[in-house]
Amino acid sequence: MKDLIERALDAAQRGGATYADVRVVERETEGLTVKNGQLEGASSNTSAGFGVRVLVDGAWGFSSSAVLDLGEADRIAAEALEIARASRIGRKEAVQLDATEPVKDTYRTPYQEDPFAVSLDDKLRILMEADAAMARVPGVAIREGNMVAGRERKTFASLAGAWIEQEIVEAGGGIEATAVNESEMQQRSYPNSFGGQSVTGGFEAVRALDLAEHAQETAELAVALLDAPQCPSGEMDLILDSTQVALQIHESCGHPTELDRVFGTEASFAGTSFLTTDKLNQLRYGSDLVNIDADATAPGGLGTFGYDDEGVPAQKVPLIDRGLLVGYLTSRETAPRIGRSSMGSARAWMWSNIPLIRMTNINLRPGDAGSLEDLIADTRDGIFMSINKSWSIDDRRLNFQFGDQAGWIVKNGKRTQLVKNPTYTGITPQFWGSCDAICSSDEWTLWGLPNCGKGEPVQTGHVGHGAAPARFRKVNVGVGRW
Amino acid sequence: MVATRNEVDALLDRALAHSTAEKTEALYIAQDAALTRFATNQIHQNVREHDASLQVRVIDDGRIGVASTNRLDEPGIRDVVDRATAIAKRSAPNPRAAVLPEPDGRDYDPDLGFVSATAEAGAELRAEGARAVIAAGEKERLQASGSFSTTVMTVAVANSLGIRVQHRSTRSTLLTVMMDGFASGAASGYANAGSPDITTIDAEALGAEAAAKGDRMRGAGELEPGEYEVILEEYAVAGLLEYLSYIGFSGLAHEEGRSFMDLGKQVMGENVSIWDDGADPSGLPAPIDFEGVVKKRVDLIDRGIARAVVHDAATGQRSGTGSTGHGLPAPNLIGPMAMDLFMAPGRTPRDELIDGIRRGVWVTRFHYINPVHPKKAILTGMTKDGTFLIENGKLTRPLLNFRFTQSIPEAFSDVRGASSTTKLLPGEFFGGYRVPALHLGSFNFTGVTAAEGGG
Repeated sequence: MKDLIERALDAAQRGGATYADVRVVERETEGLTVKNGQLEGASSNTSAGFGVRVLVDGAWGFSSSAVLDLGEADRIAAEALEIARASRIGRKEAVQLDATEPVKDTYRTPYQEDPFAVSLDDKLRILMEADAAMARVPGVAIREGNMVAGRERKTFASLAGAWIEQEIVEAGGGIEATAVNESEMQQRSYPNSFGGQSVTGGFEAVRALDLAEHAQETAELAVALLDAPQCPSGEMDLILDSTQVALQIHESCGHPTELDRVFGTEASFAGTSFLTTDKLNQLRYGSDLVNIDADATAPGGLGTFGYDDEGVPAQKVPLIDRGLLVGYLTSRETAPRIGRSSMGSARAWMWSNIPLIRMTNINLRPGDAGSLEDLIADTRDGIFMSINKSWSIDDRRLNFQFGDQAGWIVKNGKRTQLVKNPTYTGITPQFWGSCDAICSSDEWTLWGLPNCGKGEPVQTGHVGHGAAPARFRKVNVGVGRW
Repeated sequence: MVATRNEVDALLDRALAHSTAEKTEALYIAQDAALTRFATNQIHQNVREHDASLQVRVIDDGRIGVASTNRLDEPGIRDVVDRATAIAKRSAPNPRAAVLPEPDGRDYDPDLGFVSATAEAGAELRAEGARAVIAAGEKERLQASGSFSTTVMTVAVANSLGIRVQHRSTRSTLLTVMMDGFASGAASGYANAGSPDITTIDAEALGAEAAAKGDRMRGAGELEPGEYEVILEEYAVAGLLEYLSYIGFSGLAHEEGRSFMDLGKQVMGENVSIWDDGADPSGLPAPIDFEGVVKKRVDLIDRGIARAVVHDAATGQRSGTGSTGHGLPAPNLIGPMAMDLFMAPGRTPRDELIDGIRRGVWVTRFHYINPVHPKKAILTGMTKDGTFLIENGKLTRPLLNFRFTQSIPEAFSDVRGASSTTKLLPGEFFGGYRVPALHLGSFNFTGVTAAEGGG
């Protein structure tokens, strides 16, 4: 592999590249799904290849291949150079990279129990126990449980002298119950939708979920939702659980602080951002309680690593400080345009993809509102919503609408009536500006989100969001006709 | 890098030969994809990918194992078969899913939708296309963003029951968004085209379409959200259809009671017919599925009546209808998928759809659609890149983007007109869609993007 990397870098340099990097990646994943008491899917997947990225006269070229030999290294480097030359057509500004120093280092995800070493029998037993507990609840139509494991070994090297070897290990799992009748389909997940919880780490994180312990209440809630009244419409005080706060952060803070979106380079697909650079250190994004960091160093986060895919070390940087916009997610190409160096957010999905600015772990710092029950007790008239089932936001990340699996009316400090199909909508800065309480650190969870899409060709991103339940005043809930 | 037909056959043979399982399926997917991306009037990303993978599904005594690899030499093939076999051995039996299709003798064109010009297109050609689009935008003082891509794809399947199919296709897609800034009310236009044949994509015309739309969007203002008559351009219709397919046209969703498709019942207006046909060359054809079954035409909505859903081998067996050729690669947890969709045109010339609308909204396309309630097919999303007020049959002013929250079968129950022409569009996530523009009696807009984002 060392030979291949050196060969590709050498070919790029001889071909006129002023900068080049090579990533060799081997990704291994396992998936397991139990559905209605049967093993519905068990798979083991591997994919390996390399990508060569070059800069020629300030224009990018990239090519990639699954064939790992020296001849292919020459061919792919030549193809990347040819593509870069085509990119020069109509080029108005040359790409300038920041002055990140090249690093030689290794990083490995710390874990206790290798998720690939846990036997299929062990994993199946956990899922089957959870399935059996859900099956004891009458009225559940579909019971699902899943586990995932991932291991990525990658080597990044650049013409500037960087050589970084990393091994990222992931594990995750969750359960979901679905109840249906003539007109309704209701679901409840544990501990979250999108397949549950995922982390960088070992199988110990999956065992800690204790799926079977939570299976019955999960199934009972799915069934109860079928006959629950529809969520009322109107302006209400809204309490979100930490899973929904996590997705709210993702859509309305994570994406709009991506500096490539801000500069318009995602305009044709993912969209742009309302957080234009003139608003840096000026815009009141939220209330004084709102502090949001990008933290690629957070232990266990799905967006945790040693170095990004441009060789920049993982960092923790503030994005929102006491409600004020103070930072962006950046890459080596974008950061200099605001007079900064990359904070290490350039990440690629596969060996065949170029790095884009992706979220790391975008975390809302906990507040001092105590527990969720304390927060509910402090709310006279409102609604509590839990676990996302629907999401949509406009291209500038202003106008959003979310739907959750379950809602409860809050009256005089008590959680009362269960309601189905709860939704809420708002405009990002007004919404975060209405945040008047965030629960304390005991309620804070670093959620993994494994399905973030961005770029063309579309790349999946694994990111994390730390959040605690929070309250927002006078929010428009119960959207649409039902 | 591109393997010949014989090389692919030999690869599948080696995988099947190595397996000792009762039943084995080998699926080969190869992709040679290139994409040139531009933004703010210049190319900023330009990439190419060569990849091929082998996926093996083995079934032994009702136990299933699936493994995949992109290492296609002899050790790689042996390893992937061994991994699938090991999983199957340790699995619990699942007879309801342990189904492989058998050959049914139907024929297909192995090169349907393959065009050499697309396969041979290089970075220079894509860059020229990007430059033509950018030039059209610059004429209207707009910043063009977009992408121009080509893909050569080979799908080949062999199984131990005698299935042996191979299909190669090409696809080229060019899309652009043109803007004059990112603030609310900024000009914004859009155009998109997809075809197996890159030579049929007219970059200049596509750029001109987006530029004209963008120019017309300057100075967009608010309109109170509410229910309005609408014209949905083909882009908007295709976006809705993609999500209807995702949530409702699948045999698995129907089997599990999650679909809005109440078979035999009137679910949309009598003037709405929707079908799936992977062998129609006027679409983006893909005549075989990922289980090696030759696709059948499936009439999903026939004059408003829900007639059928699509099936893979497993849901087809359970429903008694058999596979319709809509299987995805195993292990497929989301069920079969209709990806070659057509909606019947109407009789109204496209330019006349707007006639007679006293007050309504013109929608070019939707952005970030997602299901709110799959069983009622309630979707939400935003309008984008060309939303206009219609007054007395004419576009009178550009509008800030709306959020909609709407049951689509309900909206499609009041189709007051469909254009006599249809447009072929690539899906945002999957498939191809040939659809008309529609005039709907009512569409529920539930919000509007604030004029300047607040704060």
